[in-house]
Amino acid sequence: MGSEGLEIRTPEGVPFTIPLAGAGARMVALVVDLLAILAMESAVLSALTAFAPLAPDAIGGVVTLLYFGLSTGYGMVLEIWWNGQTLGKRLLGLRVMDQRARPARPGQMIVRNLLRPVDALPALYLLGAVVCWGTRHRQRVGDWAAGTVVVRTGEPVRADWSQLRRERYNSLREHAALAARLRQRTGPELAGIALDAVLRREELTPEARVAVFGVVAERLRGLVEFPAEAVEALSDEQYVRRAVEVLYTAPRQGPKYA
Amino acid sequence: MILDLERFVREGEPRWQELEAILGRMEKHPYATVAVAELERLHALYQRTSADLLRVRGLHTEARMRQYLESLVSRGYTAIHGVTERKKASWHGWFLRDFPRAVRRQTGALALAMALFWGGAAVGAGLLVRLFAERETLFPFAGLAVRPSERVKQETADRGRQVAEQTGRFSAHLIQNNTRVAIFTFALGMTYGVGPTVLLFSNGVYLGAVAMDYVKDGQTVFLLGWLLPHGVIELPAIILAGQAAFLLTGALLPRGRRAPVGERLRAVFPDTLAIMGGVAVMLGWAGIVEAFFSQYHEPVVPYAVKIAFGLGELGGLGAFFRWAGRNGE
Repeated sequence: MGSEGLEIRTPEGVPFTIPLAGAGARMVALVVDLLAILAMESAVLSALTAFAPLAPDAIGGVVTLLYFGLSTGYGMVLEIWWNGQTLGKRLLGLRVMDQRARPARPGQMIVRNLLRPVDALPALYLLGAVVCWGTRHRQRVGDWAAGTVVVRTGEPVRADWSQLRRERYNSLREHAALAARLRQRTGPELAGIALDAVLRREELTPEARVAVFGVVAERLRGLVEFPAEAVEALSDEQYVRRAVEVLYTAPRQGPKYA
Repeated sequence: MILDLERFVREGEPRWQELEAILGRMEKHPYATVAVAELERLHALYQRTSADLLRVRGLHTEARMRQYLESLVSRGYTAIHGVTERKKASWHGWFLRDFPRAVRRQTGALALAMALFWGGAAVGAGLLVRLFAERETLFPFAGLAVRPSERVKQETADRGRQVAEQTGRFSAHLIQNNTRVAIFTFALGMTYGVGPTVLLFSNGVYLGAVAMDYVKDGQTVFLLGWLLPHGVIELPAIILAGQAAFLLTGALLPRGRRAPVGERLRAVFPDTLAIMGGVAVMLGWAGIVEAFFSQYHEPVVPYAVKIAFGLGELGGLGAFFRWAGRNGE
């Protein structure tokens, strides 16, 4: 079964993962493309029907060739023109690229489209779907031969990092030893969850927000017990925000002595 | 402390945004020329962002931070490694040079495709002689079951009137149908040669059976006049599609080579694409000739003219593959 992403290590040694498109999204994109081809064929037919009385045979021939050209060349031309995207792929946020995470070359786009008839065997792209499911990079036969993959291009949502800005006063920092212990005892997983909660708090419903911060605050409070004057009157959310600040930002520099 | 994330974001955000803007421009216009200065800036930003990604990667920081930086690095990697020197495509050069060279270079696949097709034709002719009483069973279309002499009589009486009314449509139909068959034959190369073998051989059988039917019925001249003008281009085109298919098959089979299958396939792509492009042009020509010329028989067009035209094309095709693109090969 295929993996979720295309794992690449750059020559500089930086690993990264590009998410691969799922079979469902590719199928929907294909349906969109087929509808687009049908719409274009209908438009061609409507436009040329007006001239049909003048030269019915010639117009009939032109329509036949245009139909064929659209159904065969649609994928090739658009993928070359739109850097690996057809209309369906664009709408679904998918892109064809080389399996080494480079832009696919025109030759690769042509080959993957020319091999479509094999993927369509025996009917309804069954072979393509089976091969796609079975290969590591979710490649249909045409992709496998051309060395291409279909990836998701949707840009990840950027968090509102301004929420990380330090608060004017953090009562937890007043107790440097306890703050250091909190940093030491908080595992990376809990720290990540707390940070996620702070950065995404605006996305939560009021009830969920109270519940999430309640759970996270309880976990954090269990690690280190701060003096009552440092935490009293702090809501769970305020406590977690202050803990995150302790965990993820450097301590304030003390006054410099001459 | 896990990471001073606030400072990390404060310092990194301006360059991430700049990188995002450059990438956005390059992705919007993938074929546009990029200035060297911008490329250098892109590279510098990409390297800094890669370093940022390395810093947050091992840490359990906010998932979207890592995803965001990963997406920037992957887009930057794609943009930097996708920069290529632009070569001007020359259709003229491709058809007169690359296509015939590719056909000559891959003689093994060509010989196999020809052997299957003409072997099938011989078998078809032999079957027709042996099974003449049940000749209809050998033909793929009911229309071919009509006795050749009967068809010649009908065509002579019709004087091409039926054909004349629909030459354009008929020509277009032939072009698209034959090109579809050629693409299908090529694509079936991925079935480890089973598909093109069956297609080439079976088409050969049908052709051999039909040709022998006409010969046995004393209609050899009609047959040559009918088939030669378009057949001398159309049949080689189908055989060439088979050649391209067997190139794919050859790349799939390891045959003692160490290179991975993907590399072997990509190594034959230039030749397969050159051949398939040439096949499309040949089938376009054959479709026009078949609709506008082959279907007109005596007394409209004398058989001698049609046969001479076909032989002339055959000679031209032979000369094309023999000599075209030889300079600097």
